This record gives sequence, C-alpha cells and structure tokens, in this order.
Amino acid sequence: MTLSSDVMVLLPELMLAIGAMVLLILGVTQGDKSTGLLSWLAIAVLAAAGWVVFSHNTPASAFAGAFVVDGFARFTKLLILIGSAFCILMAREFFEHEGNARFELPVVMLLATLGMLLMVSASSFIALYMGLELQSLALYVLAAFNRDSLRSTEAGLKYFVLGALSSGMLLYGISLIYGFTGSTEFAVLAQVTAHSGANLGLIFGLVFLVAGLAFKVGAVPFHMWTPDVYEGSPTPVTAFFVTAAKVAAFALFIRAVLAPFPALMHQWQQIVIAVSVLSVVLGAIAAIGQTNIKRLLAYSSIGHVGYALLGLAAGTEAGIQGMLFYLAYYLLTNLGMFACVLAMRRGGEPVEDIRELAGLSRTQPWLAFAMGVLVFSLAGLPPLAGFAGKFLVFGAAMQAHLVVPAVVNVVASVIGAFYYLRIIQIMYFNEPAPRFDAGIGTGTYAVMWGSGVISLFFFIVPAPLILAAGTAAHSLFP
Amino acid sequence: MSHILSLITFLPLVGVAAIVLSRGSASNARWIALITTIVEFALSLVLWFNFDGHSAAFQFVEQASWFAPGIGYHMGVDGISMLFVVLTCGLMPFCILASWESIESRVDEYMIAFLALQTMMIGVFTALDLVLFYIFFEAGLIPMFLIIGVWGGKRRIYASFKFFLYTLLGSVLMLLAILAMYYAAGTTDIPTLLHFHFDPKLQIFLWLAFFASFAVKMPMWPVHTWLPDAHVEAPTAGSVILAGILLKMGGYGFLRFSLPMFASASVTFAPLVFVLSIVAIIYTSLVALAQEDIKKLIAYSSVAHMGFVTMGLFTLTQQGVDGGIFQMLSHGVVSGALFLCVGVIYDRMHTREIAAYGGLVNRMPVYAACFMIFTLANVGLPGTGGFVGEFMTMLGAFAANTWVAIFAATGVILSAAYALFLYRRVVFGELVKPALQTIQDLSAREVAILAPLVVITILMGVYPKPVFDVTSASVAALLDQNKASVALDRAPPKLAQETVK
Repeated sequence: MTLSSDVMVLLPELMLAIGAMVLLILGVTQGDKSTGLLSWLAIAVLAAAGWVVFSHNTPASAFAGAFVVDGFARFTKLLILIGSAFCILMAREFFEHEGNARFELPVVMLLATLGMLLMVSASSFIALYMGLELQSLALYVLAAFNRDSLRSTEAGLKYFVLGALSSGMLLYGISLIYGFTGSTEFAVLAQVTAHSGANLGLIFGLVFLVAGLAFKVGAVPFHMWTPDVYEGSPTPVTAFFVTAAKVAAFALFIRAVLAPFPALMHQWQQIVIAVSVLSVVLGAIAAIGQTNIKRLLAYSSIGHVGYALLGLAAGTEAGIQGMLFYLAYYLLTNLGMFACVLAMRRGGEPVEDIRELAGLSRTQPWLAFAMGVLVFSLAGLPPLAGFAGKFLVFGAAMQAHLVVPAVVNVVASVIGAFYYLRIIQIMYFNEPAPRFDAGIGTGTYAVMWGSGVISLFFFIVPAPLILAAGTAAHSLFP
Repeated sequence: MSHILSLITFLPLVGVAAIVLSRGSASNARWIALITTIVEFALSLVLWFNFDGHSAAFQFVEQASWFAPGIGYHMGVDGISMLFVVLTCGLMPFCILASWESIESRVDEYMIAFLALQTMMIGVFTALDLVLFYIFFEAGLIPMFLIIGVWGGKRRIYASFKFFLYTLLGSVLMLLAILAMYYAAGTTDIPTLLHFHFDPKLQIFLWLAFFASFAVKMPMWPVHTWLPDAHVEAPTAGSVILAGILLKMGGYGFLRFSLPMFASASVTFAPLVFVLSIVAIIYTSLVALAQEDIKKLIAYSSVAHMGFVTMGLFTLTQQGVDGGIFQMLSHGVVSGALFLCVGVIYDRMHTREIAAYGGLVNRMPVYAACFMIFTLANVGLPGTGGFVGEFMTMLGAFAANTWVAIFAATGVILSAAYALFLYRRVVFGELVKPALQTIQDLSAREVAILAPLVVITILMGVYPKPVFDVTSASVAALLDQNKASVALDRAPPKLAQETVK
C-alpha cells in the first residue's frame, strides 16, 4: 500500500480535518460575528464529505488494515454526517437567538464528527481509541459550551469525569486483551480467538471492554451520566449527543465486539442481553416521573439503547440490520424531536417543563401534530417509522431464539408507552397554556417537518432504507 | 375494479386531506366527513354485490412488494371479512350524523380522527398480510385514544390511557408471535400461512399470544375492564364505533388466524374459551343488572354478547361459526343503535344516570318505540337480528357440549332481565322528574339516524339469508382447513411425515 492510496481511503476524514482547521483560522481572524458563515461552511464540508462517502462504494482498507471502509462504515458515516449537519444548522439558530453565538461551535462539532468517522472505520483497538478520544474531548467542550451557565458547566464536568473513567475501563480492557492475545488488530484477534477460544484473562478484558462501550452508548448500569448531561447541555448540543454521537458509539460497539470476537459470541452475548433488558426496563420506568423534557428524552434514549442492543445480542446479520435501521430511525426522529424542544420558547427564554406544552394542539396545532407524530414514532407505534425499527430488532431476537429478553422488552415498551402518551395527553387533552414564541428559525422548522413527514409516511415505501441497512450489515458478515 | 379495496381502505384519508385543506371550518369538516363516509358506504355495497358467495377464495385481491421479502402489500376479502367491511362503512355515516350537533369544539380534528380510524378499521379486515394487518390493528388505537381523551366525559384521561395500554399490551405479544411465524414460515402472507402447518408445540405459544391480543380486544372476561370505562367516557359516536367495530376485530382475529392457522391449539384450548365465554355471559349479565349508568349497562351487555360469539366460534361447527359471525354483525348494528339511543337523551339531559330518567314514553313516543326495538333485539327476541346469532351459536354449542349450551341459555334469560329492567326504568312509569317535563321527541336528523337501523335490525331477523350466502362457503372452507390440520397433528408420527411429503 502506498501512502497516496491510503490517503484516498481516508479522503472524507481528511476533508473534515482540513475543513476544521481552515474554519478555525477564519474564525480567529473574523471573530464571533462570522459564526453564521462558519456554520454554513461547516455544513458544506459535511455535505461534501457525505458525497465522497456515498460515492465510494468499494470496500478498502488503509494503514495495514487499521482503518477500513466497508458497507457498514459507509452507512453509519452517512448517518453521522447527516446528524451533525442538521445539529449545526439548529445550533446556529439557537445560539443566535440566545445571543451568544461563538465561532468555536461549528469547528468543535466538525472535530467531534471527525473523531466519530474515525471510530466507525477503526479496525484495530489503537485506531479505535484515537478516534474515540478525539470525539470525546470535543464533546466535553460542547457540553460545557454555555460557559456562564452553571448547569452547562456542571454537565461538561460530569461528562468529562465519567467519560474519562469509561475510557479508562475501555483502555484497561484493551490492554488485557492485548496481553492475552498479542494483538490489537481486529482481523488478527478474530483468528486468534477462533483458534484459542476463551480464557479467563481474555474474558476479563472483554468484560471491561463491553462495560466501557456500554458507558459510551449510555446503557444501564452505566447510564447515570446521561440524564444530567442531556439536561444540562445546550439543547442543540444535546441533540448532537443523542443523534450523531449515539450512532457513532453504537457503530463502535458493534464493530468492537463483532469483528474481533465472533468466536466469543457466547461470552459477550450474555452481557449484551442483560444490558439491553435492564436499559429498556429502567428507561421505561424512570421516565415516568420526569417533567423536564430533556431529562425525559434522556431516559427515553436509555430505553432505545436497550432496544437497539437487542439486535446486537442476536449477533446475526438480521440483528445488525435491524439495529442499523433502528439507529437510522432513531437519529431521524430525535433530530425532529429536539427541533420541537428548541421551538419551546416563551418570552425569549427556552422552557423545558413538559407541562408547558399544555393545550398545544389548540394554540399551535401544527407544532403539536409534528411533535405528536414524533412521540408516537418514538413509542414505536404503527403506522409510524418507529414501528419498523422495533419490528426488525424484535424479529432478529425471535429468530435468534432470544424469546425471554424479547418478551420482557415488549412488555417494558408498553410501560414506556405511558410516558409518551402523557406528552400527547398534555398537548391534546389539557387546557391551553400561553403560546410559544414564533420564529425559532427556518432551519429548525425544516428539520422538524422533514423528520415528521418521513416518520409519518415512512410505511408507504419502507423497503429502500431497510435494504440499505441490510447491505451495510452484510459487510460485517463476510 | 382491480383497486377497489385500496380505494375503500384509503379514501377516508383523502377526506382527511380535504378537511385539512378546508382550513378548520366546522361545517366544512362535517360535510366532508359525511360525504366521504357515504361514498365509502356506497363503495362497500358495490363490493358486496360483486362478491361471489359461492367461492371461499379471496376476492378483489391486490398484491405488491412492500416491506421486505415475504412481507408484501396484499389485500383481499373473503366471506368472513366481506360483511365486516360493509358493517364498518355502514356505521360510519351514522356516527358522523350523531356527532353533527353534539360535538361543538374542535370539530375538524374530530372528523379527521374518525376518518383516520375508518381507514384503520377497514384495513384490518382487508389486509392479507400479517404485518399489514398488525399495522392497521394497532394504528387504530391512536385515533380512538384521541377521541376518548379529547371529546370524552369527566374521567376521559383515565379511560383513554386504560384503553390504550390494555390493548397495546395484548397486541405486542401478538407482534412477537407474528415474528415467530415469519421466521418459521418465511412469510407473513395470510393465504400462504393458512396452508402452512405450524409445529403443534409452537402452535400453543402462538395461539396464546394471539389470544392475549384478541381476548383484550373482544373483550373476554377477565380482561374486559377497560371496556366499561372507555364506553362511559367516550362520546356517543366513539361508543358506537367501539362496540360496533373495534370489538369485532377480536372475533375476526380468532376466525382469520387462531382457528385455521393454530388448529390443534384451538381444539386444545376450546374448553378454556368455553369457560371464559360462559363466565362472561353469566357474570357480566349479573353485573349489568346492578349498573346505575346506562352506557355502562350496555357496555357490560356487550361483553356478555361477545361471550356468545367466542363460544360459537370455538364450537368449530358450521352453525356455531356462522352464528358467531352473524352475532357480531347484528351486535354491531344493535349495540351501535343502543348507544345512539343513549346519545339522544344524553344530548338533551347531559346525564347517563338511569335514576335521572323515567316515563319518557309520555313525551317521546317515537323514541320509546325505537329504543324498544333495539332493546328487544339486544335480548334476542325472535324476529330481530339478535335472535339468529344467539340461536345459532347455541345450536353449535349444543352439538359441541351440552353443558356449555345450558349455561349459555341461562345468560339469555339474564339478558332479558337487565335489558327490560333498564327499559322500564328509563321509558315507562310516570313522568315525574321536573327536568324531563319539556323533553323533546326525536328530531328529523335523529329519525334519519335511527329509522334505517330499525329496518336493518328487523331485516336481519326475518331474512338472514343474504348474510349466510356470503359467509357459508368461507366458513366451510375454514372448518375443513381446521379439521385437516388437526388430523395431521393427531396422526401417528410416521403417517404424519408421509402426509407432509
């Protein structure tokens, strides 16, 4: 492999890296008033990178196999780029409204996205860790971006401390795995473990690895940081955590257990099943008591993490297909959902209590309708897109004979339906509260409507996205 | 003709779009909804006249690729589903008319919810793919939840949540069973699955999962408790749809899935269903006797009548199943009409308490006559639609198990007791309540609603043949399918293997 061919494989990442640096120089010279321009340029860079990712359809690898581009990476990268672009779009409007637009935001978000793309393509634990840390450091900064707000700085600090802890666990697991197998390359590890089977040291390493990964996706029992961080961070940043960062963390999780340890599936499968069931049950029950919409969505996301992990627990191609589809739907629906949260402003201030939504269907019927569609989609009810996600994931679980976890998860989904219905109740059944402010920004409205319309009409032509997820999943099962 | 089922199923959504575009005017919304539902009714009649009752095959079939391999867009009707489509389309215009004046707030949203609900209900009966069926089956919860919650009575929030969560819990278990069937058979296409033989052990689990869903929907004792709450709190038209159509989805589900696809499990569990049906018939009839609220009384009587349906279906005899279908259709008309009758006096007095009424016959003779006919039909008096279904299900039960028939027959007596007791307390006696002194008899609109239902009720009682002409062939095919499948399981293993080959 020559350097130039390696560079070509890495082209989207290089575009983001160079783009971020150029934007940084521009920002430093032009100051905060250039934030709007920088945001649009960042979106352009993401779109260009997305086009490159989309048009390069052939599997390739670089740096002696430490970095791979396959169908799986392509699918998840596109999701991440879409999520980042729309979050930057919403962040620009949000911070302009708040009057504290700063040019660092699009730059840091680009860097975080770069880290995510590297994570997704990593095919050795070292490369994986580099990408993960680049992403994590950028996210810590983003969480504390409202540096004058106590809640935001608290969120940033909490995220940093707990994130560092989880990175430590991850690294410890990786070092154990390296010590007991002699490699960090996924391909080599797959061969070694297929040959040697499980030994105690390796299993210890695997447990630490999975614990660290569960931390990154926010699964029970490593979920404690999510409600606080999601509530405290500025809303567009929370949207970024929930959408792009979540997809990246999941992609990492899938590849880091499936590529190196297919032979140890029985070992990690047990952990994943337990984590999945616990997440769904806790997410459903804990969300019932929440009144802050961002906290509620945080617990909802814990539940969704559990559903998605059920696909990984199945460990089959159908399971990964269901999971990838689930991530796509989840990203899409949450972009719209957070656009709705951004639209909750009264008297120039954001409001976050769900009781403020009272009677929204009478004061702003279209906003209520969009939010209602997205809420029902998150609850996984047909005929909305969310149902297809649940269908595929549960289907894979049934196919893999994981009947008990599937039953527990669907029963928990009924419990979870309660708090989603409560949002509907507040919007549709209760007496109206005063109107929200108008004119949050066309970009935010566009995201909300795009997401709502796709959720509503998804079942008219469901096959393309499902097939795309299938193709992506297939690349992990050569 | 080739796309008539899709047209019937999705036309109400065109009405929804028209209401949205007409910018929230209440009278526009009412007229658009009425016209849409009348066109729907006409289309359903066209469907009925073009339906070939001699064939047990699915007709008006439409097929297209859709979701995933083995999960396609597949629509069609046979003798079992045909008349449910007509029933749905037939009741809807009455619902719109009944809501004409009684719904004053948020009329456009109300009509949108009803039209969306109509699409989902028709889709349940026309879908020939399990996933498609499930989507319609569960999606119908959303508009009904809103109808109860937004336009309902005092405890509407409690009732709407209870309705939604109860039904959802049943459905999600069915979803897992559907997935298990998909992986066992490789498809969710209903006509293919009808001839697929599931392993008897798997059948048990599948049957139970489907039962969880349909028993809640029917509703069967002891999972019926959501129904009285939902009925009492729902607006009149919501109650009509709930009793008239939504309850029938459970019975339809048993017919379409449980009996033919899980044949030996159905035979195994038939005694369980009989016991639950008899408890429903006797226990809920007794409960109905003690009710103070008119709607609650009719709700409990619905549970009892659905007991006859489940009993008839699981006798697995031609009379029993035919009778069960007939009972569902006639109950759809009669209970719907009874709720409309309650709506008439509720609109005037704004109370549903039996004690608040008495002696209505003195000021409302036309109303009293209509209410009388529907009450007698509810009791199952010969000459009304209610009789034929009850009689035939008991005939079937008698053939299957004499004791079941004997217990069910006591339920008939109890139903006469509570229904006539209700009628006496509300309609007969002296008109002494001061609030009732000025009560008005039926308006022209209300006569237009109730008169056709009176005619249909009596027609169904004296000339039920058109119904059986449609259903018989399909029911016979269903029973043959059931018997063949049971025989396959009961055969000695060696023989069974050869038959499969």
